[in-house]
Amino acid sequence: MAQSIAPPSTGTAVPATLPVKAILPWAFFFGLLMLVLLYFVGAEQGATSLISGTDVHEWVHDGRHLLGFPCH
Amino acid sequence: MNSATVRNLLVRGMLAGLIAGLFALVVASLLGEPQVDAAIAYEEAHSHEHGGVEVVTRSMQATAGLATGVLVYGVAIGGIAALAFSFALGRVGRFGPRATAALLAGAAFVTVYLVPFLKYPANPPSVGDPDSLDKRTALYFLMVLLSVLLAVAATIVGKRLAPRLGNWNASVVAGLGFVVVIGLAYAFLPSLSELPKHFPGMLLWRFRISTLAVQLVLWTAFGLTFGHLAERALGSAVRGGSKEEPASTASPAATS
Ligand SMILES: [Zn+2]
Repeated sequence: MAQSIAPPSTGTAVPATLPVKAILPWAFFFGLLMLVLLYFVGAEQGATSLISGTDVHEWVHDGRHLLGFPCH
Repeated sequence: MNSATVRNLLVRGMLAGLIAGLFALVVASLLGEPQVDAAIAYEEAHSHEHGGVEVVTRSMQATAGLATGVLVYGVAIGGIAALAFSFALGRVGRFGPRATAALLAGAAFVTVYLVPFLKYPANPPSVGDPDSLDKRTALYFLMVLLSVLLAVAATIVGKRLAPRLGNWNASVVAGLGFVVVIGLAYAFLPSLSELPKHFPGMLLWRFRISTLAVQLVLWTAFGLTFGHLAERALGSAVRGGSKEEPASTASPAATS
């Protein structure tokens, strides 16, 4: 039964590539946003500080250690 | 249309990252927190200047604080991995969405965590001189960046070599190149040894193993969850939108 089905419609073929032009805007803005999030979890108020104080550092402290970032 | 597909994948990547983060959080709580507590107890027994007021209590750090850190991390790496997936799909080889997601997650575990870890392993509280934090931070992020960039380069080189050497040999050669350059980086970047003299070895070992477990669970859960979600997203998208597809699958056995 399966062998008579026309190949173009079956899903196991090599997937179509997504054009780089369609990816770049998302990659730029959201890639940057995600990196900012990683920075706040992994490094803020350690070697560098954007916000004064130690609240961010103290709040994510255990996560920072257990995710492998240098902490204190 | 294609832009909507990328957005769709991005959203699903962040969702898969959140789900993977929940699994990682369980491991971090059960395996990691006891080691962090023990290390802090050691620190307080040995530190000279005893710290002032706690900004965040220990119980908050170990629960809500830990959850914030791990889940935000999960969402962020999920989003970035989804963007990398959008580039990789159909470009790294003849892999479907689920296989691409699994390969990407495995490669990410190795390059984002394991390779930097082997040079600069995770440290519990009280291991590491506070005065060297700037240097340790710079070296760690340098190592992560180097590892990721080299992995991308190795993938591109492997792809270039594939027509001449075949897929298997090209992958082995590219992988060897990666290992050699990483080995050089290991050799030339400064090593850190800031372990307090009598810090319990078993505690250090358990802490480091628990961080490896956290990452292994995170990336495994992400690869499987995102692969599933991506396959569904792409399956429902309209096919044939790409001009680049050479329709190579239709040629050999289609008419038999
Ligand atoms: Zn710390």
